[in-house]
Amino acid sequence: MTGNQQSLALLLFGVFVAATLAITTWASRRRQGSPEEFYAGGRLFSPMENGFAIAGDYMSAASFLGISGLIALFGYDGVLYCVGFLVAWLVVLLLVAELVRNCGRFTLADVLAARMSERPVRIAAGVSSVTVCVLYLVAQMVGAGSLVALLLDETGSRARSWTVIGVGTLMVVFVALGGMRATTWIQIVKAVLLMGGAVALTVLVLVRFHGDIDSLLSTAARHSGHGSDFLAPGLAYGDGWTARLDFVSLGVALVLGTAGLPHILSRFYTVPTAPAARRSVIWSIGLIGGFYLMTIVLGFGAAAVLGSDAVRSSNAAGNTAVPLLALDLGGGAGSTGGTVLFAIVAAVAFATILAVVAGITLASSASVAHDLYASLSRRKDRTPRSEVAVARVAAVGIGAAAIGLGLLADDLNVAFLVGLAFAAAASANLPVLLYSLFWRRFTTRGAVWSVYGGLVPAVVLVVFSPVVSGGPEAIFSGVDFHLFPLQNPGLVSVPLGFLAGWLGTVLSDEAADARGHAARHAETEVRALTGAGAA
Amino acid sequence: MDMHNARDAGAARLDDPWYDALASGWGGPDEPDETAGPPRRARPPAAEEVYTEVHGSAAFQEVRRRYRRFVFPAAAAFLLWYLAYVVAATTAPGVMARPVAGALNVAMVAGLAQFATTFLLTWAYARHARLRRDRVALELRWVTQEMMRGHGR
Repeated sequence: MTGNQQSLALLLFGVFVAATLAITTWASRRRQGSPEEFYAGGRLFSPMENGFAIAGDYMSAASFLGISGLIALFGYDGVLYCVGFLVAWLVVLLLVAELVRNCGRFTLADVLAARMSERPVRIAAGVSSVTVCVLYLVAQMVGAGSLVALLLDETGSRARSWTVIGVGTLMVVFVALGGMRATTWIQIVKAVLLMGGAVALTVLVLVRFHGDIDSLLSTAARHSGHGSDFLAPGLAYGDGWTARLDFVSLGVALVLGTAGLPHILSRFYTVPTAPAARRSVIWSIGLIGGFYLMTIVLGFGAAAVLGSDAVRSSNAAGNTAVPLLALDLGGGAGSTGGTVLFAIVAAVAFATILAVVAGITLASSASVAHDLYASLSRRKDRTPRSEVAVARVAAVGIGAAAIGLGLLADDLNVAFLVGLAFAAAASANLPVLLYSLFWRRFTTRGAVWSVYGGLVPAVVLVVFSPVVSGGPEAIFSGVDFHLFPLQNPGLVSVPLGFLAGWLGTVLSDEAADARGHAARHAETEVRALTGAGAA
Repeated sequence: MDMHNARDAGAARLDDPWYDALASGWGGPDEPDETAGPPRRARPPAAEEVYTEVHGSAAFQEVRRRYRRFVFPAAAAFLLWYLAYVVAATTAPGVMARPVAGALNVAMVAGLAQFATTFLLTWAYARHARLRRDRVALELRWVTQEMMRGHGR
């Protein structure tokens, strides 16, 4: 990257940071400090605004740069990711979004607490939500560090450390001062930028190939060095049964995990009604689907225009495929067009990371304050306002923890953390959510068992998996205590989460036919489907 | 046409037993019906009773049935279809590599079909919810909240 590109990229990024800080200032000037405002932005966003914000929350730099890079290197196997990330939204749309909007107020635990004994389920759901958020957050922070190193050609670890600290500080400022209203507007701005960048690059790729998809694909296959194998599955995950099972496991985690991600669930509370929540998910499915279709074009475009070897020699994981493609499409290194496009892509990637971490920080601070603090604190003088104050402090604490972990994990391979976050969400959050929305007999014990019965296996299996020990790429490459063959625990931990919930319910002392139990189930169903009494 | 049906169904159901009971006074079977005296009027029914009552109503059961009859089969279908796709991609790359037209092969077509079915199901669900559930659900919400407030004020 030349000096021109670097200064232009930094300038664009500076403009984005200034704009987001302006949004935060504007949002915090009108604040009243109510939980409604801090956690849910006043619940008055329109479905379209919320749809863009959901898409902004979901489309991380990992999908913009990582998946297109994966396609550029391994061809079709990268497409499998895109499909999983999109199909997951059907679970959200059909089974979760509207019912959660009607039953809950701010967090996942609200939905459970409506039916169950409040304290234990709040603590369990709070613990699992915070765990999922922290896993996801650390992955994003480390990703930010390496992205900056990559795009600015700063190989020194100081640039990475300062990026992690800078990103962490900014996200704390957004969340603690601006709450949900600022975070939502930042997501919207980011989603527009990301979609704009993707559309521009896709159009340029298609123009290069005169709109002929067939010639794009065959050129990609020719320049990949794999021939027609490049367009079929198997290059990345076809290597033996373990690799294949591993991908199925990841696929299960992706599809079921999205509906359990705390920062996605909390977005449904920013619109006034369940139909509005449904319409925002429809908007986001359109945006996310379009985005992943473009990602596929960009990935194959990078393989066709640059060749897989050129991509691999710049970055072994393929993360620079899209920036390099932008440089070439703009007219090549040294040209004005190339410089501008490269800088835009770099700035959009920064913006993406910044927005995603802000969304996750907000969701985890809500879980800490609304679920954990509210259940564990013995103080008598708790008020909604003091809870918001706790949430702001929690955002600072989580930010500090994420910065610390991000710095510690600086040079580790943490790509698996995103998969783990999805697996934990799918195993701990989704079973309990579905059971409590749809199963009459479900009990408090079932809920608590289901959360821990999914969360603990997910985390323990990863500790004993090849990503932590036993291989050259593992975190502790020197020792070998791996017992579990797969990198992603989803295939085992998701069924365990469902099984634990069922067992806990069956073994409960509470009589499922008791009058109170039936009444609370009736209440949940009526509220979920009609919106009666919804916040 | 769907729209018309939904309206009819909703209206018909709302005339049904429980709605009637609501209109003529809040009372259990063992209580006098027409003369809702001041003491009872002053005390709104407990939320628990209201929700149980609404839950048992024909209108609510109809909304619930319509919702479940759409989403359960649809969810099972798309999860199976996705699982079949991932399993086929990982275990039968030979089949997936078979050419269809030009550079397009079975795998590409299946992947694009996943996108297409996702968009299609999204559209179908939105349409079903809008035409078959939304209006009745809104009326039920209003009725439930009225009952909660203690009707007849």
